[in-house]
Amino acid sequence: MTIHQTAERPTFELDTRLISAVAGAPPPGTGAGALRATLTFAWRVLLKIRHVPEQLLDATLFPILFTLMFTYVFGGAMIGSPEAYLRYALPGILAQTVVFMTMYTAVTLNTDIERGAFDRFRSQPIWRPAPLVGALLGDMLRYSVASAFVFGISTLIGYRASGGLGGVAGAIALLLVFCFALSWLWLIVGLTVRTPAAVMGASTVILFPLTFVSSAFAPPETMPAWVREFVTLNPVTRLVDAGRGLLDGVPDAGDIALVLTLSGIMTVLFAPIALRLYNRRT
Amino acid sequence: MSHETWAIETRGLVKVFGANRAVDGVDLAVPAGCVYSVLGPNGAGKTTMIRMIATLIRPDGGTARVLGHDVADEAAQVRARLALTGQFASLDEDLTGLENLTLLARLRGHRGKAARKRAIDLLEAFDLSAAARREVKTYSGGMRRRLDIAGSLVVRPDLLMLDEPTTGLDPRSRGQVWESVRALVGVGTTVLLTTQYLEEADQLADRIAVVDHGRVIAEGTSGRLKALVGAGALRVRVADSADRPEVARLLAAMLGAAPVLEPDPVALSLRADEPAAVARSLAAITERGLGIAEYALAQPSLDEVFLALTGKPADGPAPGHEEAST
Repeated sequence: MTIHQTAERPTFELDTRLISAVAGAPPPGTGAGALRATLTFAWRVLLKIRHVPEQLLDATLFPILFTLMFTYVFGGAMIGSPEAYLRYALPGILAQTVVFMTMYTAVTLNTDIERGAFDRFRSQPIWRPAPLVGALLGDMLRYSVASAFVFGISTLIGYRASGGLGGVAGAIALLLVFCFALSWLWLIVGLTVRTPAAVMGASTVILFPLTFVSSAFAPPETMPAWVREFVTLNPVTRLVDAGRGLLDGVPDAGDIALVLTLSGIMTVLFAPIALRLYNRRT
Repeated sequence: MSHETWAIETRGLVKVFGANRAVDGVDLAVPAGCVYSVLGPNGAGKTTMIRMIATLIRPDGGTARVLGHDVADEAAQVRARLALTGQFASLDEDLTGLENLTLLARLRGHRGKAARKRAIDLLEAFDLSAAARREVKTYSGGMRRRLDIAGSLVVRPDLLMLDEPTTGLDPRSRGQVWESVRALVGVGTTVLLTTQYLEEADQLADRIAVVDHGRVIAEGTSGRLKALVGAGALRVRVADSADRPEVARLLAAMLGAAPVLEPDPVALSLRADEPAAVARSLAAITERGLGIAEYALAQPSLDEVFLALTGKPADGPAPGHEEAST
């Protein structure tokens, strides 16, 4: 006995394209290898830059503003002339610009979690860390672009690195290594904090003291003793000093080794925590 | 030892969030090659079940196997054979439809041009070619859903899980989603879908599990379920809302079922298995001078299913019906 008037099973004309596309799909394989999967996620960062150029605006406008502001506002007061100050502060401006950008790693990851793309990626048969490592690799490109802008604008207003191109390349490379290591910490933040806006808040609170209370913008000798102590311990100070040495053509092997060691320690410390959180996240 | 005839087999599956036992001892056995529907209201634990089966969260108790592989111990094998389309479109809004599918095709092992080719074929099949180069944030709800399902088909999964694939879609988009599910079954993929609509489960599924508060409260073929809850429901809209209590009382007496008053003040519904009795009762009401604007016999709603199975309507944030006092 059937009494349905409105719920009669309708006969759908199955679309032949749909059937052939579905039937023609290859059976499930093993998924992309670790390297290919990682590069695919790095490619995704590039695509995002193309579609959301505002992201890169952050990366480019920020350094331009900072370079000009610091040079012409603080320059005269600090070391006598804007040119002399630019020479002192450029490694700091570079470090601050790029170190600040690392927080977008956390923001992007958090947005993925919120929108559900994260679930989709995690249910793929691929090397587990690929989405995270791929994103970090893609971010390296953003950091390089920002660094190029800092040097471009500085060159326009008269900056010349005595370390030459080698010094510039060395300073940028060192910065990228440091930021890659620091980004693992941001992945932890991105996986723990609830919303992208909260990520921004938390990040700013950490990043402002870290970049300002360092040797980036003023010589530590001019600071009170207790501040100087923090400055000496601050890893950003080490990064800035090492970069300054490279740019000025007097690289300090000790400083460089220290930055590389610090980066190694941060990676070894934060990466396993980030990966564990990523695998266990509910 | 479990074997491949079950696409999904769970035993005593439990997931607890704080004080909330979201999934509270679920036994499921989904035969390979069929469409299986998990029917339940918001908050019944459907999504949590799916996420455990898809290896996204770990069960707190019990076991789940997908095509013979344990979700906890053999997660990689499970992931290789299933595809999940979650409740919220899991796409990158900043990327185009083509880029989203190419990305997923690459992750599933298609290389270079083959990935792009697969993406283009899928866009064509899901009627999205015209929008292929537009960013997903410009897509309508139905387009997103189709793209999202296409994303699960870059390879032909052995098991496809769809979490509320048609919630919030217009009828045309819903038809397209149903059509895709039917096409998949034709090629031997097992489909598990969750839904809040009995009609959807009835249209698509070979078997249905009704869940409430993290438990399965009824399971079986669509026919068996209908035998439990009644095959149909009579929906009536009265011409004047003042007449509704009287119409409800009369229908209840003549059809022997409890009327459900809808949030709409002129609408009511009740279980009705006998078309002849329905016709007689409606004629009797009209003879008494009570105006009926509209009536229809349809499948029971989720609320009516729950009323029949548990004696109370489904809870959840959706506007609930209130039981009439007769």
